[in-house]
Amino acid sequence: MDIPEEEFLAPGHRACAGCGATIGVRLALKMLGKNTVAVSATGCLEVVTTPYPETAWKIPWIHVAFENSAAVASGVERALRSQGKDDVNVVVFAGDGGTADIGLQSLSGAMERGHNLIYICYDNEAYMNTGVQRSGATPYGASTTTSPHGKESFGEDKPKKNIPMIMAAHGVPYVATASISYPEDFMKKVKKASEIEGPAYIHLHQPCATGWGYDPSKTIELGRLAVETGSWILYEIEDGEFKVTYRPMERKPVNIYLESQKRFKHLADEEKERIQSYVDQVCAELKI
Amino acid sequence: MLKVISANRAIAEGVKLSRPQVVPVYPITPQTSISEYLAQFVADGDLNAEYIRVESEHSAISAAVGASGAGVRTFTATSSQGLALMHEILFVAAGMRTPIVMGNANRALSAPLSIWNDQQDSISQRDTGWMQFFAENAQEALDFVINAYKISENKEVLLPSMVCIDGFILTHTVEPVDIPSQDDVDKFLPAYQPTHAYLDPEEPMSLGTFTDPDYYMEARYAMEVAMQKSKKVIKDTYQEFEEVFGRQYGMIENYQCDDAEIILVAMGSICGTIKAVVDILRKKGEKVGLLKVIAYRPFPQEEIYDVVKNAQRIAVLDKNISFGIGGVLFNEIKAKMEVDASGFILGLGGRDVSPDDIVNIVKQTRNPTDTDKINWIGLKEEE
Amino acid sequence: MTSIGATVKEPGSSINNKTGSWRTFKPILDKEKCIKCENCILFCPEGCINKDYDIDYDYCKGCGICAEECPVKAIKMERE
Repeated sequence: MDIPEEEFLAPGHRACAGCGATIGVRLALKMLGKNTVAVSATGCLEVVTTPYPETAWKIPWIHVAFENSAAVASGVERALRSQGKDDVNVVVFAGDGGTADIGLQSLSGAMERGHNLIYICYDNEAYMNTGVQRSGATPYGASTTTSPHGKESFGEDKPKKNIPMIMAAHGVPYVATASISYPEDFMKKVKKASEIEGPAYIHLHQPCATGWGYDPSKTIELGRLAVETGSWILYEIEDGEFKVTYRPMERKPVNIYLESQKRFKHLADEEKERIQSYVDQVCAELKI
Repeated sequence: MLKVISANRAIAEGVKLSRPQVVPVYPITPQTSISEYLAQFVADGDLNAEYIRVESEHSAISAAVGASGAGVRTFTATSSQGLALMHEILFVAAGMRTPIVMGNANRALSAPLSIWNDQQDSISQRDTGWMQFFAENAQEALDFVINAYKISENKEVLLPSMVCIDGFILTHTVEPVDIPSQDDVDKFLPAYQPTHAYLDPEEPMSLGTFTDPDYYMEARYAMEVAMQKSKKVIKDTYQEFEEVFGRQYGMIENYQCDDAEIILVAMGSICGTIKAVVDILRKKGEKVGLLKVIAYRPFPQEEIYDVVKNAQRIAVLDKNISFGIGGVLFNEIKAKMEVDASGFILGLGGRDVSPDDIVNIVKQTRNPTDTDKINWIGLKEEE
Repeated sequence: MTSIGATVKEPGSSINNKTGSWRTFKPILDKEKCIKCENCILFCPEGCINKDYDIDYDYCKGCGICAEECPVKAIKMERE
């Protein structure tokens, strides 16, 4: 794969060392190129990239609030169209909280209306900007500051909300999952999303050293473990056609993934087994 | 061209003449027909705009900020609960200096649920940084939309505007309205060409950034400066409007106030009723006048004071209430000028205000029993 | 004075903020060992490794992803 050299997110941004979100943005923008307008939801990415009077963005960028990035992008897309700038990519970068929780309504509206935009959810599985509170995308068993483990609790007691499938139910032309640890797979999906007429949704799994509790050097390794254990599955749904885009050679036990992060450290064998059997069930259905 | 239309239709006609490029709008009673007229204009090819059928008012204003941020003229409209749902983004729209124009059909806020008129909804948005213009009739509704774009987009201002029309009383009643020609409006209101912010890959900018305590206050101060400067821009714009279209407006309207002993201060459609009562009382020899507040934000304190300063007493009529202190307009006038005033709360949730009520207000103002009292007009007696 | 609406008109101006000072461990790349697989370039959260595999220490925060992801262990993390 020929990966463009040009960078559209400048260094000097205030993201934590080892940030997965900025890796995702860099890779996506390499595919989308200069002729792109980005919209951000309030969140880590927005805060660390635009500390006034500086900005890390080398392309036009707009942020309005937390729950409305898809609606803002709808307005941007139509404004560009009304100016005859149909060739400009409109891409949204919103976190899992801004997507699965507070922003779900505006996202649903934008997807249903069929705007020509690419919505990338960078999913680090909790509200990291405010200090690791659980979101609808927090996985079962994870300890966060609002789903803490304790004498009466093993942490988050609900499975991760399945946003990509909710997006697929809107009948949009392109839905995909991705991981920053599989850059070619991700970038191919971004490219495809940009070439498709209409809304495209990419759910990008993105480890967070601060929120998950691991050494920053392991960001890519953690993302890889999620996929190799079957905890995160890479697929795409193109015009309704479901396809797994990456299959691990041999699926690793979920324990390896869980035990390398502080957020799962407290889990008893019983919960770990429950997670393993859930993963087994999902993977069996997909023949992974 | 004279047409007999409602204020909702008048707003839609004003929007069409102003040629916005993006119109995200969500229907709500009694604004609904604005959203319908605009949809029909677009469907018929009479308005060349991107009409976005958003899924909520929150998304309507969010899409409007996105579109305006991208550099195009934008319109939306709402009412009551919808305006309240927009509340968060109203601050952002003003703070990002997007000169959006919005129509608001004034309606009571829940609870209890009511679809009828008062002005609680827009009054409650007074601190968001939006300019607010209250129309007395359908003609003003149309004219104010066109003027609002010119004022909002002025480089000295760059703040969004709300054109407020009383729900049902104006939105659903028809009256003759002079619809200006497109040529005249095009000359009066040239295309929006922002220089402060837009989204163009040839000239990348970041809009809606994150400020620390070193920068936030200056950004807010600049908004206050812009709001103050808007007063002159409003006057100049109305002056220019009068030269082209022949209709005269100001931040306030002085109706029979010059020698008035008692002056009533009010906003919106009720001013029509008050004018009729003033005429009747004047015939009986009572020196009564009406001061109509058109621009509620920016607040025309000098203009108001200049008119009321020689009156014996004034009555301020509020179709809103800030619980624990009373009518908002009354309290703002009291705070800004030395004036002997009585405050009246009336017309909440569509309660009818009759000419007799106005006559009683004049009487009560002449002979006040307790000037600190919040006077409720038309309240049913307890049985 | 804050610009109108706090708009930033200087794209990529975060380069004024040199995050290299955050670093505790410094990646040292041995170009002899390097097989030019691009892993470190792709995975750098700062995007501060160029096509010639030069690391821009003005911005490198020392996260160590590059060393971790180097398939031939050509990058060593050394304490500053």
